Order: sequence, then C-alpha cells, then structure tokens
Amino acid sequence: MREFKGRVVTPGEVTAEALVTTQGFNTLASFQMALQFGDKEVKCGDQNNADINGKSMINKALCLPQTIGSTTGGLVLYCACAMEKNPACMLFANHIDSLAAAGAVLADVWVDKITMPVIDCLGDEFLNYVKDGMKITVKADGTVIVEE
Amino acid sequence: MILTAEQQAILNGEKGETLAKVMKTLVMYGDAFEAEKLVPITSNYNHLVTSFGLKVMSPVYDLMQQILDADVTSSQKFSVDPRPLDSNVPANFLQNFVFKNFMYTKQDFYEEQLKKLGLMDEDAFTCACYMDEVGNKPKKGDVLSWAESSAVVYANSVLGARCNRNSGIIDIMGSIVGYVPYFGLLTDEGRKATWVVKIETTKKPEAQLLGSAIGMKVMEDVPYVIGLDKWLGTELNDEACTYLKDFGAATASNGAVGLYHIDNLTPEAVELGKKLIAEGAKEYIIDDAELERVKNDYPVIWKNPDAKPKLCFMGCPHMSLQQLKDWTDKVEASLKENGNKKVLIPTVFTAAPKVLEAFNKTEYAERLKATGVITSYICPLMYMNNPLCKKMPVITSSNKLRTYTSARYYTDDEILAAITKGGKLK
Repeated sequence: MREFKGRVVTPGEVTAEALVTTQGFNTLASFQMALQFGDKEVKCGDQNNADINGKSMINKALCLPQTIGSTTGGLVLYCACAMEKNPACMLFANHIDSLAAAGAVLADVWVDKITMPVIDCLGDEFLNYVKDGMKITVKADGTVIVEE
Repeated sequence: MILTAEQQAILNGEKGETLAKVMKTLVMYGDAFEAEKLVPITSNYNHLVTSFGLKVMSPVYDLMQQILDADVTSSQKFSVDPRPLDSNVPANFLQNFVFKNFMYTKQDFYEEQLKKLGLMDEDAFTCACYMDEVGNKPKKGDVLSWAESSAVVYANSVLGARCNRNSGIIDIMGSIVGYVPYFGLLTDEGRKATWVVKIETTKKPEAQLLGSAIGMKVMEDVPYVIGLDKWLGTELNDEACTYLKDFGAATASNGAVGLYHIDNLTPEAVELGKKLIAEGAKEYIIDDAELERVKNDYPVIWKNPDAKPKLCFMGCPHMSLQQLKDWTDKVEASLKENGNKKVLIPTVFTAAPKVLEAFNKTEYAERLKATGVITSYICPLMYMNNPLCKKMPVITSSNKLRTYTSARYYTDDEILAAITKGGKLK
C-alpha cells in the first residue's frame, strides 16, 4: 500500500478500481462512441491509446498524466457526468490541464446528482506505481491510497 | 482570486442565480490554475467549438437553455465550428437514416439556441473562423475566450492573440460575463517555450505529419521550432499561413499544443527571438527518419487494411481559398498526366461557407467540379463520428481526422496519386 498526496481540484471521497493510462487521455476520442451509442460499460474508444483502448471507464479511478486533444474535451466530460457515465474519480500525475479542469468544474457547478473527485499533482511516482485493478481510495484532503 | 466589485456582485447572485453560476464556473476554472484575477476579453468576436446538435449531448443544450431562460446572452457575437451534415457529401441510405433519426436530431434546436445567444450570421460555421472571408480574425495581443483547438493554436501562434485552450461551454461563459481567468497562455511567462524543436529534414516536412510528431512529443507544452523558416520563408504569406494552419491543428489534436513559435516567422518569435525559450528547455530533433517513424507508428484500424478507399476527405481544418485553388490545379494536372478525367475515389474538399462562396465566384470552381471533386462546408470529423463510417475505408491528409476517426492518414502527394492515378496505397 502507498499513499500519495495531491491537490484537490473538485472535492469528494470515493473508493474504486484503478484504470491507468500512462499517455495523455484524449477525452473526445475516449468517450465519443461510448456516449453516442449508449455503451453501458463506457469502453474507451481511443485507438491511439494502447493502455486503455477497449477497457471500461465507468466507475473506475482513472489515473492519467493529463488530458489531450479536442477542446470539446471539457464538455464531453461534463456530458459523461450528467449522464452518470463518468469515472468514479480522475487522478492526475501532472497539473490538471485546461480541458479536464473545465469538465470537472462544469460537472461540479452544474450537475447536482453527481460527485467526481478530481485530484492533480500526484507526481510521476504515482503513475509509475499504480496499475490497472489496484484498489484506490480518495480522501477529501487529496490523499490517494493505492492498495495492491 | 481577487475579483472586482462588479465581478463579486455577479458571483454573489445580484444579477441572478444563473449568471452567478456562470461566474462561479469561471472562478473555479481559474482557481485550478492559481489565476489571480479575471481580465476583460478584447476581441471583436468569440469562437465556439460546439456546432453539432447531437442527441447524446442533451446536457449541453439543457445548460444553454438554462442560460437563455435566464435572459442571459453573450456580450460578443461568435462564430462556431462547422455543421455536421451536408447533403452534398456522399452517404448511403442507412447513414442518412442514422444521421437524421438518431444522431443529429437536435441540430435545428441547437442552431436556434446559437442564434439567440449571438451567432455572427447563418454562415458562421467553420473551424477556420480566422479566414479573411469569414471575418473573425483577432489582432495581436487580443484576449480571447475561444475554444476549438485548431483555431486557438492558430490565433495564439500565427496571429499573436492570447487565448487558453478553453473547453466548449467555458468559451461561451467567458463572453457572457466578458472576462476570462488570467493564467497560462494569457501570461508572458506561459508563452515561453519549454521545448526547442530542430528541423533537420532534407525536404519540406509535411505540415500535418510534422505537427503530429511535435504534438505527441511536447503534449501541452510550448515548442520553439528552429529550421522551419528554411522551408516556409520569413514572411507570413498565404502559403505559410496555410501550412501553419494544418501544422497547428495536428500539434493540437495529436498532443495538446495551444501555442508554438516558429523562429523568424511567427510574430512573437520575430519580436523576441530566442528570448522566448525558457531556461532548461528540452530538445527534440526531427529528421526524415523521425517523421517516417511517426507515420509508420499510426495504427491501421480498417477491418481490411488493403481495402479500396471509398471516400477521401481533405480540409480538416477547413481549407483556405488559396488551398482550394492550388488543389484544383494539382488535381487537374495529375488527372491529365494519368489519362483520367474524374477522380477515382469520391473526394470531398471542405471549407468555410464564405470561403466556398468566394471560391464559387472564381473560374476554379467549375474546373474543380469537372474533376468530380465535391466541395462542402461539413465537418468531416462529425460526419465520420459513428460506427457506420468506422467500417468505411476513408483516406485523408488530416492528422486531426486520423486521430479521432478510422480515417487513414496519407501525405498530400499520396492522396493526390490515390485520387487521380489509382493503384494500391501503402
């Protein structure tokens, strides 16, 4: 078990299974097909991301360096939250990027029924350590506990 | 974040609950980047990324309706990304059925919302809003609240405006209150390059391939590119701007680049030169072998990798007037050289409605039509964004389209050969 301390972007507490991408998470490419065609498992559709392409993202602790790609990214994330198809939390190794921040904030301010904690600045060591399937617990103060 | 009395009053709800939520969104967004203040937007127009009335995006339209119901509108008129549908573009019965009955059922509703919120005019649908014909071209130093990654990177890099890579919805919220949080690419520090990219190729690099390589390497960082002026010159003429439009779109979609500097060419690089390079900047050298490596690493996701292409899309981002003219010449000449009269693969060139209007007034329009190439204002990405098109072998020289769809990337020369000469593509 290891503990990492990050910065709280949007607050909340959750326990979930890790889903890890070591490369930039392309929000539009990852979510577009799953949202559009009602995939209940919300499988990642980003053909350029060998880490998570085809894997279910719903209710997972999505561990990532940052998001990349289209500036629809924030609104796609907002829609995923409003439709309750979002990851349980998003855990960034780096400082959050502007698109993911927009999506997280839009969901926090405009969606009543959902809480998706977002923590950033967890460091490269976090992303080196965490692997798919590990148990992740997010605390309100930005502490992230990773258990094998 | 320190707010002015006026901003604080809006946040406190003195101008209504909805406007307070808009302000709260912008403040929280800025707080995520330790922004100390909100600064006024100074451009004439905004540009929004969300142009499509996708049924699945209902939460977006619900949010827009909350804004409209509260009698809140944008303080700026705006252009918006391209429309997703155009009957000019080939589609079979099933595709048309799915487009109209399942996917874009909210298109008319959403376009009405856009008009009420402040759409510039009925033809203001393009990702390349900065074209002269469209008229949304910010000045150097203007502060923007734009979204659309290819437009943001162009405005920052080629025009010298200042804009973060804002998301859809955040874009309109900025112009509703008239302010954006001051961080990142709005600041002098945030515009410094943390990568130096040296171009050491033996020929002019393909714009969208070079942009892809740089985007995937630097991700969201700012690159300072040395050696490209050898191929582009030192003047921001039409040819250079067109190259940088396509190059930038690839840096932004294959990575998350919001600003690049080209030594001796882009405005800030001309003004400040290597002073723009931050201490400790990393280095990336690009030669012919590196570009070849990047191209060969693209995944091929066609069910049958040897399938004959059924469609070719050019113009993601939308083509310029000069690009349409140049491609007319190229297609005509290559068809003649190869003894063909019409393109061998259904081919669509996309451009802004107002660019197409200008093109249609030239003699090139009839010549291009005679080659069989179709012109359209469509967004190829939106057209291909469904499982039916995923099964369809589509070729393109757009690295953005490749990134988001099953379209397969080829260089401009390879595309020209495929549509005019035929034969097997590698």
